[in-house]
Amino acid sequence: MKPIATTRTVIGMSTGKLAVWWVIASEIVIFGGVLASYIMHRIGHPEWADQAAYTNTWAGAFNTLVLLTSSLSAVLAHQAAERKEGKKAARYLYLTCVGAAMFLVVKSIEWSTEIHHGFTLQSGGFWSFYYLAAGIHGVHVIAGAILMIWIAQYAKKNEELQRVEYIGLYWHFVDLVWIFLFPLLYIAK
Amino acid sequence: MSDHDHAHAEHPHTNYVGVWAVLVALLVVSVVGPMLGHPVITMITAFGIACVKAYLVVTKFMHVNLEPKLVTYFVATCLGFMLLFFAGVGPDVLKHEGTNWNNVAAKAATARGMAEHEAAKAAGEHH
Repeated sequence: MKPIATTRTVIGMSTGKLAVWWVIASEIVIFGGVLASYIMHRIGHPEWADQAAYTNTWAGAFNTLVLLTSSLSAVLAHQAAERKEGKKAARYLYLTCVGAAMFLVVKSIEWSTEIHHGFTLQSGGFWSFYYLAAGIHGVHVIAGAILMIWIAQYAKKNEELQRVEYIGLYWHFVDLVWIFLFPLLYIAK
Repeated sequence: MSDHDHAHAEHPHTNYVGVWAVLVALLVVSVVGPMLGHPVITMITAFGIACVKAYLVVTKFMHVNLEPKLVTYFVATCLGFMLLFFAGVGPDVLKHEGTNWNNVAAKAATARGMAEHEAAKAAGEHH
């Protein structure tokens, strides 16, 4: 018997998909709060520009490229799922996970370099926000990758293909957050 | 998959690779623009383009425009809460003093940071 969330419809969409949109709406409040706080403090503290000058723009730009590309593979997985091509959808999901892994590797190198140079969570207001915002985002990347691997196990057997779209929506949101984190943390110096 | 989702599954044929190419082109502009060093160009290329990229992801990849209107409403409501938070807290953080209040710690932190900035600048010029 299929889970009720996959068969019941509310407001013209399955409850599973509605739940994902609800998660996204909640995440907007979480990330929105962090980003709004950062913007306020950044404007109120012009001296933070000196701290922001140490972030690596090229690493941030590369990670933006990686996430944009992984969003492409996530939407192609959704397209394949629509066409009932489960194996193809699973392959695209794995490709998206490769993007997640690349993102995390670059982030790890970046963080270890910054910590090595003495920029830690306690080095100042800018660095507190930097590690907090990028850290929460990183946790979402890890969670998304784990869920994608799990969903791909079903997708390759042509089962529960609706989940491919659900995880895609979540992944695009993770990409969206980074689209705003990139200029805030890496460009505004 | 529910019957209704089948109906929604028929998304219009979008050239996803084309959308991705536009997003990458916008990324290049958002990196190169701020290198010109002009604050207005930086604002437009970094933050303006971020909004355009977000719009493309939301409409072309997330297909929000094809979902029931209620989705747009509750996502917009959460964005509204974010703006409300900004409007409510902003005056206390953006400014360091006001009527009957004075944020001594924030003022001191800014003064210390700016003094360090000036000292570093002077040392750079000296060398």
